[in-house]
Amino acid sequence: MKTINKSKLRNFHQAKWDEPIIFELSTEGERGLLISEVEKEIEESVGDGISKLPENMIRKKPPALPEVSQMRVLKHYLRLSQHCLGADFNIDIGQGTCTMKYSPKINEVLVRSPKVTELHPFQDESTVQGALEVMYKLDIFLREISGLSKFSLQPGGGASAIFTMASIIHAYHEFRGEAEKRDEIITTIFSHPSDAAAAAVKGYKIITLYPNEDGLPEVGALKKAVSDRTAGLLITNPEDTGIFNPKIEEFTKITHDVGGLCGYDQANANGILGVTRAKEANFDLCFFNLHKTFSSPHGCGGPATGALGVTEELINYLPVPVVEFDGDKYFLNDNLPNTIGKVRGFHGVFPAVLRAYAWVMSLGAEGLKEAASVAVLNNNYILEKIKKVNGASAPFARGRHRIEQVRYSWEQLTRETGVTVEDVICRMVDFGFHLWTSHHPFIVPEPFTIEPTESYSKDEIDEYIAGLEKVVEEAYKEPDKVKNAPYNSVVHKIDNSTLDDPQKWAITWRAYLKKHKGGS
Amino acid sequence: MSKKEKKVHPYIPNSVPEVKAKMLEEIGVKDIEELYGDIPEGLRFKGEMDLPEALPSEHDLKRHVEKILSGNQTCQENISFLGGGCWKHYVPAVCDEISQRSEFLTAYGGEPYEDHGRFHALFEYESLMAELLDMDVVNVPTYDWCQAAGTSIRMAGRITGRTEILVSDTVSPERLSAINNYCRPVVTLKMVKHYPETGVMDLEDLKSKMSSSTAGIYFENPSYLGFIEHQGKAISDITHKNGALSIVGVDPVSLGIIIPPSHYGADIVCGDIQGLGMHMSYGGGLGGFIATRDEEKFVMEFPSRLFGITKTSVEGEYGFGDVAYDRTSFAEREGGKEFVGTHAALYGITAAVYLSLMGPKGMQEMGKVIVQKSQYAMKKLSEINGVKVPIFELPHFKEFTVDFKAAGKTVEDINKFLRKNGIFGGKDLSKEFPELENCALYCVTEVHTKNDIDHLVQTLNDFL
Repeated sequence: MKTINKSKLRNFHQAKWDEPIIFELSTEGERGLLISEVEKEIEESVGDGISKLPENMIRKKPPALPEVSQMRVLKHYLRLSQHCLGADFNIDIGQGTCTMKYSPKINEVLVRSPKVTELHPFQDESTVQGALEVMYKLDIFLREISGLSKFSLQPGGGASAIFTMASIIHAYHEFRGEAEKRDEIITTIFSHPSDAAAAAVKGYKIITLYPNEDGLPEVGALKKAVSDRTAGLLITNPEDTGIFNPKIEEFTKITHDVGGLCGYDQANANGILGVTRAKEANFDLCFFNLHKTFSSPHGCGGPATGALGVTEELINYLPVPVVEFDGDKYFLNDNLPNTIGKVRGFHGVFPAVLRAYAWVMSLGAEGLKEAASVAVLNNNYILEKIKKVNGASAPFARGRHRIEQVRYSWEQLTRETGVTVEDVICRMVDFGFHLWTSHHPFIVPEPFTIEPTESYSKDEIDEYIAGLEKVVEEAYKEPDKVKNAPYNSVVHKIDNSTLDDPQKWAITWRAYLKKHKGGS
Repeated sequence: MSKKEKKVHPYIPNSVPEVKAKMLEEIGVKDIEELYGDIPEGLRFKGEMDLPEALPSEHDLKRHVEKILSGNQTCQENISFLGGGCWKHYVPAVCDEISQRSEFLTAYGGEPYEDHGRFHALFEYESLMAELLDMDVVNVPTYDWCQAAGTSIRMAGRITGRTEILVSDTVSPERLSAINNYCRPVVTLKMVKHYPETGVMDLEDLKSKMSSSTAGIYFENPSYLGFIEHQGKAISDITHKNGALSIVGVDPVSLGIIIPPSHYGADIVCGDIQGLGMHMSYGGGLGGFIATRDEEKFVMEFPSRLFGITKTSVEGEYGFGDVAYDRTSFAEREGGKEFVGTHAALYGITAAVYLSLMGPKGMQEMGKVIVQKSQYAMKKLSEINGVKVPIFELPHFKEFTVDFKAAGKTVEDINKFLRKNGIFGGKDLSKEFPELENCALYCVTEVHTKNDIDHLVQTLNDFL
């Protein structure tokens, strides 16, 4: 069929149900679910059960949960779901650094199988050969994709994987009697906040490198930062600006030369699958977000997996158990002499692992590389378009191409119209788009980060750009319209003033009733 | 491959050659390769990754994966008595319906405008858990109980400015391993003994280990070994007297009939929400919660997102947003409290649906049915020759220990026999607790019928 231009801006309005809080729907006596009653023989044998509990431990007053019939509970949460703009609805390219790609529906069918949902993590290995096979094979795939030697699928997300890297780095130096001396971790400001934060939880002092005019940390700055106190380097590449650090091998060498380990935060791997790997840049550890690069859905913020890989030398430090194959059967190995122990309960998030496995199997080696290269194509296409949008700019590395995302700035727009990135975000909502600022601190003023991934068509990308252009046009002509947005969302301008005030904040309904409605 | 017609993969729309060409033209380059110009030759991966042949047809993929999964035997096809931190409870259909909604499943970091529903649902989750726990502050879920316990302990360390934590020696060994790694090297763990007969905490040992470095005590109730710790108030009192905090890990499913830890002096309460509407999924259904009183010194130490309710510019309209966002690592990097990121939010929404469905009566009935069934199972099992149930002479909730020492067979052999008869026996405790050699941890919930329990007892009788 001949292509027609479909990228016009929509006359959008989000669902608005004016839905109450679930407690306001309560009617005494209504029930949402009945559970199986005990058989008469059990009742006769043990009585009510409760009277055998220690008297001081029996709850006399039931929890003050709402009483709501089943259909009303269903309707309430369905309506709330309509108040939420998931990636399945939205051209979700405005949440840069988060790789909002398509999460294939077939993978949801697979994870909903009782062959997955009805597995207990303590089942005998002989009864979970299918699950172990998927875990083992994904480990093998990730070894191939990274060039490293073994993966743990246990960490519960990117930050958890970073914490695991910091834990392994600590254990490694501890084994050498150097843990106390080596108390510094080096990262860059355009690496995810968790690279700094999670390492600090491990007791490390954090040294953060800032970018030069190319947007990159300088070799000289790293040389100054390293010493015999360096435990390791935790770094993304490309950084959150989408700029690839071509000197990354020098970075790992400088760190290694002082005895530090190098951990590669591969949250930004989506543009480089099959192109460049942790191994070639001499990293000792790396991780992939299975909920980002490998298509497992983001679930409003988890559950997720940060699959963590290490070189041969560090395998013994991995969280346990790891999955092995003896040529006949798959089994769990707890026997790693230097293991840091557990980082998440049991074996991590198996559904995320299964989805990642299915995604790789659907694409294969060639498909993975195609996904990466189209993600890069889409990104650079958007870069060309946004460079032409009034008031927008792409700081750093001018005239160069980017990998999978770009951190842009509305600095000029704000200067010329008073409209800030927060205002643009609110107005974009009116056209059915999500736009996000970027992680703090705002090194790039009035920042926004666009990451298109491989999932969106050119038409959709053009539609998104048309949205940005429209908001910018309004900003110059009638800035107040943008500043007072949104108009077509579920809610209007939110009053944030109570949220930082301990006297007024209300994190639960009962706290709200106490603080704002005179309840007790 | 090269001779076959190259098809555009359904997940990659702009693979269409004409579209690619048009986009390249707009960028002003001839080839996608040029866009990778910043990556030096020496860092390039040469050749093709050695991965299995792709299965781009959805049907082929489905068959392939289903074939692998058919190697699993499930707790649906068998009767499972496994617990220990992941439990088979009934998952209501409405929970699945909501947790599978595209709107929730595929949302992520939207603003409180276009993702109002995400904030609203998670605020309700916090609020419903708050009623169950009888506390005023609950976080957006963290990864799991391991993380919730680790963070609760680190919070106590910061709140008290102290660096040592006492931990009951009956907590889950898996959890202890995670807590240990999460605390090391900043907070030191010291184990507190239990009375061998009853399992509950040895209060004299607790007192003797309390010091001016003690930030708090962490214990679980019901314990990992299933018994109910009835000395909560005494433990909290001893702890508070020492200027330390009482931290309790709890199974929320028990709270319809058992008092919440806040009633016996707990300052920080944590646990797992898997039992509130999540499938087990090989342990992938875990989600952690942390609750405190609504005091600034507690709230400001949470690393998690805390969604609060507020107003909007329109009278009567509810708005939501992040409470005290500046305490998080999103705002302050290493200056924030621990770290926040992608944890287990979807399970929070699912747990909200679950608690809304259950209501006060549902949770009460759930608790009652579970203790009745587990008591029945304990009674019947104890009638078997050579089997002692439970090991600890105190009331239990849904889990209990079974001692097979006198039966002359190992738990491993017993479980092997049970498996042949369609039963997944309890978890072998031999490795985790040396003093519990040849003992197993059994779990009975509302999903077990009298027949299931009788079948277990009969099968054991046959073997022992």
